[in-house]
Amino acid sequence: MAAKRVDPAANAAAFLDQDDIHEPAHDQNLWAARMKRDAAAKAIPEWEELRNIASQIKEHTLTHLDQYLEQFEANATKRGAKIYWARDAAEHNQHVWNILNERKISSIIKSKSMLQEECGMTQFLETRGITVTESDLGERIQQLDNQPPSHIVMPAIHKTPADIAKIFSKAIGTDPDNTDPHYLNEAMREDARKRFLQAGAGMTGANFAIAETGTFVVCTNEGNADIGAAVPRVHIASIGIEKILPKVTDLGIFIRLLSRSALGTLATQYTSHFSGPRKGGELHIIITDNGRSKRLGMDDFWHSLKCIRCGACMNTCPVYRRSGGLSYGATYSGPIGIILDPTFDESKYSELPYHSTLCGSCTDVCPVKIDISDQILRWRKVMAEKKYLPISRRLAFTAAGRIFERPTLFHGVETVASAALKITPHFLLYNRALNPWGRHRELPHFAKQTFREWFMQYKLKNQEDKQQP
Amino acid sequence: MKVALFIPCYIDAIYPEAGIATYELLQRFGVTVEYPPNQTCCGQPMANEGDQGNSAAAEKLFVQNFSGYDYIVGPAGSCVKHVKQHFDAIPQTDEVKAVRANTWELVEFLHDVLRVDALPWAYFRYKATLHNSCSSIRGLGIAQPSELMGPYFNKSEHLLRMVEGLELVPMDRPDECCGFGGTFCVTDEAVSAKMGLDKIDDYIRNEAEFIISPDMSCLMHQQGIARKAGIDLKFIHIAQVLNGGPF
Amino acid sequence: MNPREQIFDAVRNHLPAEKIDYPQIPVFQKTITELLPAFEERLLEAGATFFLPADLKEAQQLLVQQHGGGSVICSATPDIKGNRDIRKVKNPHELADVDVGVIRASFGVAENGMVWLTEEDLVVNALGFLSQHLVILLKPTALVADMYDAYVKVSLEDTAYGCFMMGPSATADIGAVLVHGAQGARSLSVYLV
Repeated sequence: MAAKRVDPAANAAAFLDQDDIHEPAHDQNLWAARMKRDAAAKAIPEWEELRNIASQIKEHTLTHLDQYLEQFEANATKRGAKIYWARDAAEHNQHVWNILNERKISSIIKSKSMLQEECGMTQFLETRGITVTESDLGERIQQLDNQPPSHIVMPAIHKTPADIAKIFSKAIGTDPDNTDPHYLNEAMREDARKRFLQAGAGMTGANFAIAETGTFVVCTNEGNADIGAAVPRVHIASIGIEKILPKVTDLGIFIRLLSRSALGTLATQYTSHFSGPRKGGELHIIITDNGRSKRLGMDDFWHSLKCIRCGACMNTCPVYRRSGGLSYGATYSGPIGIILDPTFDESKYSELPYHSTLCGSCTDVCPVKIDISDQILRWRKVMAEKKYLPISRRLAFTAAGRIFERPTLFHGVETVASAALKITPHFLLYNRALNPWGRHRELPHFAKQTFREWFMQYKLKNQEDKQQP
Repeated sequence: MKVALFIPCYIDAIYPEAGIATYELLQRFGVTVEYPPNQTCCGQPMANEGDQGNSAAAEKLFVQNFSGYDYIVGPAGSCVKHVKQHFDAIPQTDEVKAVRANTWELVEFLHDVLRVDALPWAYFRYKATLHNSCSSIRGLGIAQPSELMGPYFNKSEHLLRMVEGLELVPMDRPDECCGFGGTFCVTDEAVSAKMGLDKIDDYIRNEAEFIISPDMSCLMHQQGIARKAGIDLKFIHIAQVLNGGPF
Repeated sequence: MNPREQIFDAVRNHLPAEKIDYPQIPVFQKTITELLPAFEERLLEAGATFFLPADLKEAQQLLVQQHGGGSVICSATPDIKGNRDIRKVKNPHELADVDVGVIRASFGVAENGMVWLTEEDLVVNALGFLSQHLVILLKPTALVADMYDAYVKVSLEDTAYGCFMMGPSATADIGAVLVHGAQGARSLSVYLV
């Protein structure tokens, strides 16, 4: 059965309509991150050059991906990591389960991994009796509220402290009326500490994987990935095939770009490099495809594989800031989500490319110069060509197309009223039943005379003037 | 110099004064301007929807109307951006390529081609702010986008600084999208309206009386919101300010 | 074909036709000339503090002043004495009650206030993360200007684990308010000695 189509416009309207608190706070918090990003970028004279270089390193790696994957595998294996290959989410999850099951591990602590989200790993493991605890504070909030993350680096940014106080009061018995972030953080720190010590395995994702040394890099602000890797005996890391960089020195460029783009900070508090298992521990690396190799073959869309998951496009997106990330109904939200999600399910996510004004801000903040805005428009072409669009929308445009192709129809009767009626269907009256234009806006006033009418009169008058002696 | 005037459909019907101002302004600089009477639409509304089939006919007609001119000048950034950067629903013949290359947004044309350095006739005694559209900033590059690091420039502002009496006030989020977005404004009505309202708030906070823009489509949306909310803000095309009317 | 071969096959079949060259990377102009003051400033920005003890003896006294008598202090460096012997730790869980971890970092980064800690510096990796507070010893001359230089200096071939640590643990996940001590150390002091 086909998955139900996500309606981001309706979801966003619900986010906006819930009250006068959530959306303004969401907008302001993310805009503040964008402003901090601007200041951090401005402090680096070579910022634009860095974006160019980072983009080119990623494109180089992706166009030689087979070689670098082999190199990473060989080096990581040499360093003592065990490598697994997963073609899709099911294989990824099965590998994790096998590793845990063979060692009779029943509880794990995990740090943030978009790939593990993509694979639906937590649910898979929970149905097999594994206790899974998210250790990133934002992810933990989302886990306790049974929601996916709404933002790549700020998973619970759509929630207010009051929302979180309620969730924590139910889950760990804090005071539901105490909304102080310090108090709430301290309570969750205490709760998580026990879980870190009980866990049989720690799971992480990876921000970068270095072919030259078989190293992978994990960036966090909380240090939670490091506790998960340092305390339990077993460390399992999920790495998408696109995370590869050729050399260690490439990190000098990417680490400088990542956190400045994400939050406007100089780096994350912890930038951790794993090259083999720790003393007395095991390291398992699951290299996962899950649609990436297919995307690599899409001429119009393979550049999306350059993404380093910084979230800058979300922070800057004026539509995302007013919508909340959950409106996208997908693992990835915001502009990057619009261009990634349809590669997983075109029909389900066919409305996402329309949840954008094509303002282009995402393209200009992207630290690896993904042409996000252009890709959104190209996805619209795919959706239109494959007829995923609602029929009412398609008919409106067919009508507009017919009028615009014939000047005689367009200008047929030279009155303002007719011109108004003919040009309005496509953006003003396209859905007459709901007339959404008018909900928050007055209709424009049509002029008494069109420009064309004025021009014809003007020309006539000029000719008459010239003919007079 | 053979110049054709490209008046997008909504300017024709709703904001003819912006078209008139453009026409008069170009004539003030001694440019002979022709107006091909059979023009309709550049195809942008359909193309932005991803609907290549329905935009092809409009694009074809656009080329028929505007082929053979040295410059095609339009007072609308988003339409010009479509012609210059997308406009690929029809085969890219040399004729199509020439039309696309010769199409200019009005501010660009005044600033880069005519190199306007004085507007002695222009007088506008108001506090106003400038709304450069996203298509103009990030698409056509008439101003340095705030996202990119580099020297500041703003061609619309440069021209407006030549207008006597005009006091330009800054905005808190100068190049934030206003939420018009073509069909987006009806298909995503709630978000679009909120973006527009936030823009209006920004104008009010900064005490602007007039909003000046090279893109009337953004202003149509913003004006609709301001009117519905009973807010007294005035919206005007940049050509009218630079030309000194009609108001 | 096994999954590994299938993935390689899929990647090779889908490689973009145009091969992009690895870019020329220029030597960027250094914006920081005085390394120590820049490093100190960035440490504070990152939520850390720094001290300038005259010698190791004074550092030891400072540690007592800062963290009082009853604390469990575990030192991974012979330069400072604690009251928990890290060499006897068999299992990282034994460090769960450590109040203060003391580690010597091999170098710091002036650009952002990071210190570089490897598995060899930490002895037991968990010391850097289970300790409630951290004291990092660093020679004031052991600084590099920026991340470009930092990555030339790390030797990932020689250690299974290395971490650039920039101040204490932090989060802004609740209402975008910055809070220190999310999961890792609540505070981080650098002793420049």
